Amino acid sequence: MAESTLILDAKAVERALVRIAHEIAERNVSSAEVALVGVHRGGVYLARRLGTILGGIWAQPVPVGSLDVGMHRDDPDRRMAPTMRPTEIPFDVTGKTVILVDDVLFSGRTVRAALDALTDLGRPKRIQLAVLVDRGHRELPIKADFVGKNVPTSQQERVRVLFREEGWLDEVTLEKAPLV
Amino acid sequence: MSWNRKDLLDIQSLSADEIVTVLDTARAFKAVGERAIKKVPALRGKTVVNLFIEPSTRTRISFELAAQRLTADVVNFSAEASSLKKGETLKDTARNLEALNADVIVMRHSASGAPHFLARFLHARVINAGDGAHEHPTQALLDAFTIREKKGKIAGLNVTILGDILYSRVARSNIWALTKLGANVTLCGPPTLVPKVFEKMGCRVTYDVDEAIEQADIINLLRIQHERQRKTMFPSIGEYTSLFGLTAERFARTKPEVLIMHPGPINRGVEIDSQVADSSRSVILDQVTNGLAVRMAVLFLVNGGKGPQEVAA
Repeated sequence: MAESTLILDAKAVERALVRIAHEIAERNVSSAEVALVGVHRGGVYLARRLGTILGGIWAQPVPVGSLDVGMHRDDPDRRMAPTMRPTEIPFDVTGKTVILVDDVLFSGRTVRAALDALTDLGRPKRIQLAVLVDRGHRELPIKADFVGKNVPTSQQERVRVLFREEGWLDEVTLEKAPLV
Repeated sequence: MSWNRKDLLDIQSLSADEIVTVLDTARAFKAVGERAIKKVPALRGKTVVNLFIEPSTRTRISFELAAQRLTADVVNFSAEASSLKKGETLKDTARNLEALNADVIVMRHSASGAPHFLARFLHARVINAGDGAHEHPTQALLDAFTIREKKGKIAGLNVTILGDILYSRVARSNIWALTKLGANVTLCGPPTLVPKVFEKMGCRVTYDVDEAIEQADIINLLRIQHERQRKTMFPSIGEYTSLFGLTAERFARTKPEVLIMHPGPINRGVEIDSQVADSSRSVILDQVTNGLAVRMAVLFLVNGGKGPQEVAA
């Protein structure tokens, strides 16, 4: 068993999301233009929750979509073909401020793929990035606009995120790489 | 969900889990075809060769479009205009294509097992687009996709395959796929074209067409493969139509929610009446649309790397 450290428990996840929602509301005065797009899988759960909180703050529903980036990755032949999940964006992204939502920001390659996937669907006015955890080690010039928690990690460690939508208690843990 | 194969050669060797992986992946690719920008960069920089030693139009166009929508480069190679006519062997032709750095070879051949033969010595991925009377795996996958899309499931459904089974690779691949996914498959047609031995594949054989279609949730009609028959297997086309054709009168006795499928090309007035082919129960054109999505999924999956799936954040 790999040694693991708790980073965020369920309450901390909730607090982080509420804070991110308020930051989004503060940054984007015109609420009518904002839409959330979650990156499969974890980002979709977080986007839906952020949408609910933001809807409360603005007193109007915020459109939420989901995005699969498997077709836009830069490493299709370096990994097994990823599991595809449907991209469902029930609104026109053109002219909107789209907030991309993901659970963990690491190399930045998923976000790059998401930017490409999103621009295939239209021309958003601007795209911002919200993540629950930023663990560093970027391989691309990408930076999050809204961060739940910055977590210093080593390359070998693994950030594990559990979601209540999948039957767990919300939890983010850092797992040490097993000694080989 | 798993796919760890270099090639797609047949349905027989796939697990139910692998078939479902293709269908799930195809669902994501179908959505791409419905967008304003119908193209994704998944196979950017890859070269797909359509090596069609036996003539085909619809399957070749479907694969060609699928590869283009994945941003691959496509080369079409047909037997008529090739060095095969000058005496080059299939192995040498394939090696030459690989020497041009082809990443995927999509192959149709009149000999059963030809793609399996190529896959043994090629590094390129090989996709079987129909080999003799053996298998046509992407057709079975698109049929399964269409059934699942329309009915929401496959397990427990009664599927009747009606027509020329003996010479049909579509029938063989469909029987493998549908029985693996839990459907009850019934075969029906003239005894000369539907030998009892097919029951060894896990399906039922009947020569009573009315019984075969009455309880069917899906009726998959197959064309008579004149080009593959060495001798006449039934007295006349007219007799075939009256005994086994899906006429309007027979169609009226099917379940109200039945799906009518056909891999095409359809012969109106032979195996299917025009009004049946054009009815609201016919999903023949949905099959064509879904074929594109399924072929995109297959091209995408065989191009995946090896080893455990890395979950990079």
